[in-house]
Amino acid sequence: MNWGGWLLWGFVATVVLTLLMAGSQGMRLTRMSLPYMLGTMFTASRDRAKALGFLLHLISGWLFALVYLAAFNSWGRSTWWLGALIGLVQSLFVLTAGMRLVPGFHPRMASEQQGPTVARQLEPPGFLALNYGVQTPLSVIAAHLLYGAILGAFYTVP
Amino acid sequence: MKRIDDYAIIGDCRSAALIARDGSIDWLCWPGFDSPSIFGALLGEGAGCWSIAPAGPSRIERRYLENTNVLQTRFETASGTLRLTDLMPVASEEEKRRFLFPEHEVLRIVECDRGEVELEMIFEPRPGYGSKQVRIKNAGKLGWRMETPVGLLVLRSDLSSCTAAGGRIRARALLRAGEARHFSLTLAEDWQAMLPPLGQWSRQSVARSEAFWQRWASQLVYEGPARDLVTRSALALKLLIHAPSGAIIAAPSTSLPERIGGDLNWDYRFCWLRDASLTVRALFGLGYDEEAKAFVNWLLHATRLTQPELRILYDVYGKKPKPERTLDHLAGYANSRPVRVGNGAVDQLQLDVYGEVIHAATELVRREEELDGDTQRMLCAFGEYVCRHWKSPDEGIWEPRSGRGHNTHSRVLCWVALDRLLELQRKGQLPRAPAAKFVENRELIRRDVETRAWNPELRSYTARLDGDRLDASLLLLSWYGFEKASSDRMRQTYARIQEQLGAGRGLLHRYRTEDSPGEGAFGVCGFWGVEYLASGGGTPEEALHAFEQLCGFANDVGLFAEEVDPATGHALGNFPQAFTHVGLINAALSLTERMSMERSRAEARSPARTAPGARP
Repeated sequence: MNWGGWLLWGFVATVVLTLLMAGSQGMRLTRMSLPYMLGTMFTASRDRAKALGFLLHLISGWLFALVYLAAFNSWGRSTWWLGALIGLVQSLFVLTAGMRLVPGFHPRMASEQQGPTVARQLEPPGFLALNYGVQTPLSVIAAHLLYGAILGAFYTVP
Repeated sequence: MKRIDDYAIIGDCRSAALIARDGSIDWLCWPGFDSPSIFGALLGEGAGCWSIAPAGPSRIERRYLENTNVLQTRFETASGTLRLTDLMPVASEEEKRRFLFPEHEVLRIVECDRGEVELEMIFEPRPGYGSKQVRIKNAGKLGWRMETPVGLLVLRSDLSSCTAAGGRIRARALLRAGEARHFSLTLAEDWQAMLPPLGQWSRQSVARSEAFWQRWASQLVYEGPARDLVTRSALALKLLIHAPSGAIIAAPSTSLPERIGGDLNWDYRFCWLRDASLTVRALFGLGYDEEAKAFVNWLLHATRLTQPELRILYDVYGKKPKPERTLDHLAGYANSRPVRVGNGAVDQLQLDVYGEVIHAATELVRREEELDGDTQRMLCAFGEYVCRHWKSPDEGIWEPRSGRGHNTHSRVLCWVALDRLLELQRKGQLPRAPAAKFVENRELIRRDVETRAWNPELRSYTARLDGDRLDASLLLLSWYGFEKASSDRMRQTYARIQEQLGAGRGLLHRYRTEDSPGEGAFGVCGFWGVEYLASGGGTPEEALHAFEQLCGFANDVGLFAEEVDPATGHALGNFPQAFTHVGLINAALSLTERMSMERSRAEARSPARTAPGARP
């Protein structure tokens, strides 16, 4: 394993993914913020959740990069398109299975079955996270494609 | 023909059904409020229904079990009495962690209280607004199974005589005193269906639901006139709150006509921002802080994709509703065509929504809430938008499809937007707000309204600037703090509105224009009249009299539609309507406040109270 490459390119790829997702939010394409979703698992303060969530997102981005790098190492090569391919699979997993499971363990997220009790909680993402805007799947897929492509392009298999 | 006020609502805060007096569920949209209907007989024969009733003639009475959304219909026949209990079972989140519940369920229990009665059940689902037939499969003890585009429907019953043919299940049975039959209809969207047992479990479901609703209703803090009707309004409003997101839909129905046989038929299964501040006031006023806060939270965050521009309506998750279309295969309620789904008003410009949303956020701050950085920036962006656009014409609160104009109500709500932002700024919640700019524009708007919306010949404020027509929304000017209710201008405006828009017995038309000829009196407008009187425009006695008259237009279970036919007193328009119930609640709150103020004044004036030795 090329640990230096993991630290550097895992960080870069995560930052780019975060930027792209935040940009999509800024451009009103989606209301989904993965850092915010992570942060609110630990605090109800919106401002603190964003800061904490960013940190957690960075760490999880690094950890996820290990899976990509393990795949590159086992294949004996890394290319941008192989990375993008893994990114595609990951984004589809996040959108289909992942997002639907989040309300089950997120302490501050409502489920689709919530009610009649109402509480100020995060709304559930729904299938493909479409509840956060119809363009959400596109921005998630694009961000993960880029994340994987960066790892694939710049990580050197030892 | 069934009247609109022959219906009652049951629901679980994610979906709702309308049940007629004759025991027929004629409207059910699953899985969500705005999903296509499974039972749609409300809008046309053959669009699906589920009827449970005596086979012969009967005298019918119905009520909600006390302080619940569990409906009970009593059929008195010559040979005996049947009691039908209808509900969508609900449970607390804690109970949901302990037991497995179906994703969606309608539970119906029929019991024979006296003598013997022949019962008839007809179950005829027609998904897709009646456009699709279903194939019914008998799965024995697992019930009758039907695959639909939205998931698996399962009907289970302990009535043994059911037979299926032609997409319909029918059954007849003789019930004797003390006997009961249970019916459970469930929908499983994507997971394995959960089939609740019948009998004991069904009764526990009723008990659990009753307890839930009674617990919820017991939170209500209101002691004043028509308490039962206020409680019913709160319970009806609660059924229109989408629990997973906090959004509130305007009504669970589409295309119930504002004029029988006419084309004023709209889809109300969405969330309108124009109702925001009045709704928040009603919820906070009754003590339902969680619902109010969740709604404001939804307002501020579900609308993010379009900010700083706001649409006038959204779906429960803040998305744009699907484009409006007509369902030509449906005859419409009492042949009122077309039946519309989706709402074309979504693309209209309504400047009053900025005032509504900002006022609602201010209500939070008035209750010691803090605004986070994003919300502060967003509210300031709304303020900037208002400063740029307040001079523009818009469609206005009533969303006419005849074009834009300079609406007085919209302009006053722009004033409200800036006024409340300045209040937030004073309270330290908007440290970066451009206060000088907001002050300047607020004063310009006030001058504009005071000079151009006042018609000296008519001696009234008018619906549009430089206009000569009236609008009941002008009664809200004092509620928003733009002008005192006791001012000469407001008193004269009230008098003109009563003259020109009054429909008798406290009812008011919203306006009289060519946009909607022949429509009924608008339910909420009458309650605005009460609110105006209660807040200083009249005496408490006048306000109470008008309030009691209006309360008389509720149907037998305390529900209101959007409008009332002044000639017959019957309901018109979508049903039940959140806005009308919000109006009733707010009028009751203002009236109670005024009566209590008058009582305090009288007590303070009374010499007996201060005399030594006087009785308390």
